[in-house]
Amino acid sequence: MSSHLIGAVTVIGGGISGIQAALDLANSGFKVYLIESDPSVGGVMAKLDKTFPTNDCSSCMMGPKLVELANHPNIEIFAYSELASVSGEPGRFEVTIRKKARYVDEEKCVGCGICATKCPTKVLDEFNFNLRYRKAIYVPFPQAVPLIYTIDQKHCRMFTKGKCGICQKICHKKAIDYDQKDLFVTVPSGAIILAGGYSPFNPRVMEELGYGRWPNVITAIEYERISSAAGPFEGHILRPSDREEPQSIAWIQCVGSRDLMNGVEYCSSVCCMYATKQAMVTKEHDLSVDTTIFYIDMRAHGKGFDAFIDRAKSEYGVRYVRSRVSRIVPDVSGKRLEVTYVTEDQKFVTEPFDMIVLSIGLCPNPTAIDAANILGLSVTPHGFIETDQFHLTRTSRPGVFVCGAIQEPKDIPDSVQQGSSAAEEAMAFLAPARNTMVPVPTQIPERNVLGEEPRIGVFVCHCGINIAGVVDVKAVAEYAATLPNVVYAVNCMFACSSDQQMEIKRVIEEYKLNRLVVASCTPRTHEPLFRNTLKEAGLNPYLFEQANIREHVAWVHQQEPERATQKAKEVVRMSVARARLLEPLYDSSYEVSQRGLVIGGGLAGLTAAQEISRQGFEVILVEKTDSLGGIAKHIYQTESGFPVAQYTQELIQAVESDPRIRIFLNSEVAEIKGACGRFTAIIRTPWGNESAHVGAIIVATGGTEFKPSEYLYGQHDSVVTQLSLEKIINSEPEKIKEAMHLVMIQCVGSREPRRLYCSRICCTMAIKNALRCKEINPSLNITILYRDIRTFGFRERYYREARIKGIRFVRYELGSKPQVVVDSRGTLSVQLRDPITGMLLSLPTDLLVLTAAIRPQEDQKELAERLRLPLDEHGFFLEAHIKLRPLDFTVPGFFICGLAHGPKFSYESVVQAKGAVARAVSILSRKRMFSDAMVTTVDPFLCRGCGECEKACSFGAIKVIDRRTEGKGIRAEVDPALCTGCGACNVACPTGAASLAHFRDKHILAMIESLTGDFEGETRELDIRGLNVTTT
Amino acid sequence: MSLQREPLIVAFVCNWCAYAGADLAGVSRMQYPPNVRLIRLMCSGRVNEGFILKAFEQGASGVLVSG
Repeated sequence: MSSHLIGAVTVIGGGISGIQAALDLANSGFKVYLIESDPSVGGVMAKLDKTFPTNDCSSCMMGPKLVELANHPNIEIFAYSELASVSGEPGRFEVTIRKKARYVDEEKCVGCGICATKCPTKVLDEFNFNLRYRKAIYVPFPQAVPLIYTIDQKHCRMFTKGKCGICQKICHKKAIDYDQKDLFVTVPSGAIILAGGYSPFNPRVMEELGYGRWPNVITAIEYERISSAAGPFEGHILRPSDREEPQSIAWIQCVGSRDLMNGVEYCSSVCCMYATKQAMVTKEHDLSVDTTIFYIDMRAHGKGFDAFIDRAKSEYGVRYVRSRVSRIVPDVSGKRLEVTYVTEDQKFVTEPFDMIVLSIGLCPNPTAIDAANILGLSVTPHGFIETDQFHLTRTSRPGVFVCGAIQEPKDIPDSVQQGSSAAEEAMAFLAPARNTMVPVPTQIPERNVLGEEPRIGVFVCHCGINIAGVVDVKAVAEYAATLPNVVYAVNCMFACSSDQQMEIKRVIEEYKLNRLVVASCTPRTHEPLFRNTLKEAGLNPYLFEQANIREHVAWVHQQEPERATQKAKEVVRMSVARARLLEPLYDSSYEVSQRGLVIGGGLAGLTAAQEISRQGFEVILVEKTDSLGGIAKHIYQTESGFPVAQYTQELIQAVESDPRIRIFLNSEVAEIKGACGRFTAIIRTPWGNESAHVGAIIVATGGTEFKPSEYLYGQHDSVVTQLSLEKIINSEPEKIKEAMHLVMIQCVGSREPRRLYCSRICCTMAIKNALRCKEINPSLNITILYRDIRTFGFRERYYREARIKGIRFVRYELGSKPQVVVDSRGTLSVQLRDPITGMLLSLPTDLLVLTAAIRPQEDQKELAERLRLPLDEHGFFLEAHIKLRPLDFTVPGFFICGLAHGPKFSYESVVQAKGAVARAVSILSRKRMFSDAMVTTVDPFLCRGCGECEKACSFGAIKVIDRRTEGKGIRAEVDPALCTGCGACNVACPTGAASLAHFRDKHILAMIESLTGDFEGETRELDIRGLNVTTT
Repeated sequence: MSLQREPLIVAFVCNWCAYAGADLAGVSRMQYPPNVRLIRLMCSGRVNEGFILKAFEQGASGVLVSG
């Protein structure tokens, strides 16, 4: 069977989750077909302005991922396409894709955009939620991937009136084809991943909120576009009705969430946080604007979220009102909107605001549901994709996996890690077929140019009229021809088109060029293309320099053609000056130890080990204690009834009998040496140290339940934690049967000063255990004392069920915690003031259950120091990027999953563990690792071993090493696998010994020296410190 | 003004943020005066004092380091 598996995967949905899945698969030797129904990939994240809790620019963060996606040799993007049909069986699907007619030839369009500038038809721009206009031929947003224009057939005059044809006339590439038809393409796929994403809830159904009737009632996603600098108001927060700056804005939470009346039972998980972010961003625009958030429970259950809410309150002055708004109507002036709500002390209040933002919930994306129907997947009553109870990426159909918000509403990092996780499932399923469908790069012999006088060719691009419309490109080319060492200069229509690559190669051959300068657009997107052309022409790819005369000249000086032309000449001159000094560079490579190391033998670690083995690689599993299983052995079931402890026992057996997994119990990792792909781990075992070569390391060291120091814990036998209650429910249910009253106190050790984080699982865990107690003893009186109930996502149904079953919920504030008292007979009772009635309650209880926080392992700090990995302020491991790299460490080759990363549910640990394996396998699946050639090298004759470079390096890549015993000196050495090429060590180095390839002092100085005037005849290598001045 | 030399601004920019920002300014067609020259580096940490002094020596009126 294995020989028939197809080493390709179709990913449906090009949002952040699908993009992550595609990249992980492609980087591990699988071919990927990425289907996106919109004209470009990016999904909802591309529309967001900022992201919580760092308030980073969303599209800036996403940019590098989009560029990687667009240039990846193993990924084929089908944008503006939909799933048409699927046949075959798991491992060998035939996926038919309908490529919708764009009326633009994808092969010919270079994205120059002249068509759109000349198109006479204005259309409401759905990317900006109809807040501005685009043309009938368009790209959704400027950084779109793929950058191919699409004709909006509903509005284009050629289709509506049968005449116009301007775009066809003006397109230099002859890319417009009004007769284009939908195209059906069938691709073979071993597995399918559905990453269909969500659609925003339509608030029109809630008439009392006035959306669609009052123009200044907008949705949160519309607000993202309004506050975005690339949005309709260029980043000025204005209200739609009169384009005036609002002085007061209110956010209404739970619009289309937690609302059975409107058919939505679940919590959308992200709205509390995005509303807070939007209020903060508003304050950053203008601190004087009043921002108010109306909410039910503040759900800040992710990493760093509670601290974020705290900052919004204390630093930004965002006002939070706990109330459900009943009505929004205009005031008498008609200019403002009146919000009616009930305060906590039961008063009716009507308050005016200039603008209202509805924090709309997340609904399943209808396009994704169409795809799910074609795939024959089961869906939940709410229309999300139904999954396995514990393995949340497995659908009802083998070989088809799911990730992202179409599985359950979730935020960006959860979507990213689930994307990796779904990719891992697909990879494990297709492991024998790895590397069978991906192209093998062809090797072209490289011409040695060392010792040759520079012979530079300059190509100046018109980019249609994008550059040529402003800059006199012919004059620039003529000028370039006069520059030293330039032996060929020409202007061309599209430097990036495929026919032009042939021409460049021909010119290189004919003129014996050994350097290439292209004056066109930004190297950030096009440098890889031209470097590849150089390779194909038999030249080292680093002998290339790109001058950006589009983004940095033509587009920004449109009204000053003469000065723009002059600037373009000077920019080309600087590039030529630099190109003369470029050197061929070679990526260094080394053999990969294709074996994984997993630290920690709990649920996350066991899952990671098993999955690495399923991928076909050996694993070393190191566990500190004398047994595997960790805390999962004490969790009897999830809220949905999945038996975690039993599953963990089975998993332990499977791992123990797996011949590819070697287990070290009672052992610890003492030291890690080496770099990504070739680590040496020193393992401290009971019988002495062992060393092992591994390529990637997954840290899954787990967490613990906090041992409370309040509420008489440890002093009274009837005061227990949730984990103890779980044990009582399962092994001593008679205790529950005998009890009459049970009180639970939430947030014990969580959400307090210095521990300002939410433990995420506690509300659900308490409700789960309360429901189990009710099953055992229906007459048991249960009261849960809480601060906010955070049953996010689908967990909301258990909160509802608990209330239906008569479990009481009483809120308390941090400042007035419940008091636990024992009377003379030793019986417990809990006293607190009910914030709604103001009454003092005294609740007798047979068992007091403390819902204790999750803490990192006690020795986590020591481990972090040993492995030189960063921790966050609460002692959990810190990921490389809170949004887009949730499973990576900043140190290459190290990955993180499970409770060691932060509090989470058991099934979330499993998702993370699989995701971390996907990330690790992108290293383990390679025989050789290549490290970038743009790294620092040290001249041993200049280095005096002072160590300034080592202090300057943030990556531990450069170190002073004493080699006197080897007959050498004390010198700095660079590990190219760790060096990121930032050049900070070059600056710190007092002798000029440390020098960053491709950005050496001479390269930068050459550009500075050619700023003004020519540089005829000079090939100076000038060291600015005056230590090594050579002028030839 | 015609007798005065126009000030020249030299900007040392990080490839990942400031250079990308300049690209976005272009994509968004934001108009600004042409008397600025960008020198792209992989990180603004690569900029040493010597480059800044050299830029002034070459006649720059202002130097921007952005990253």
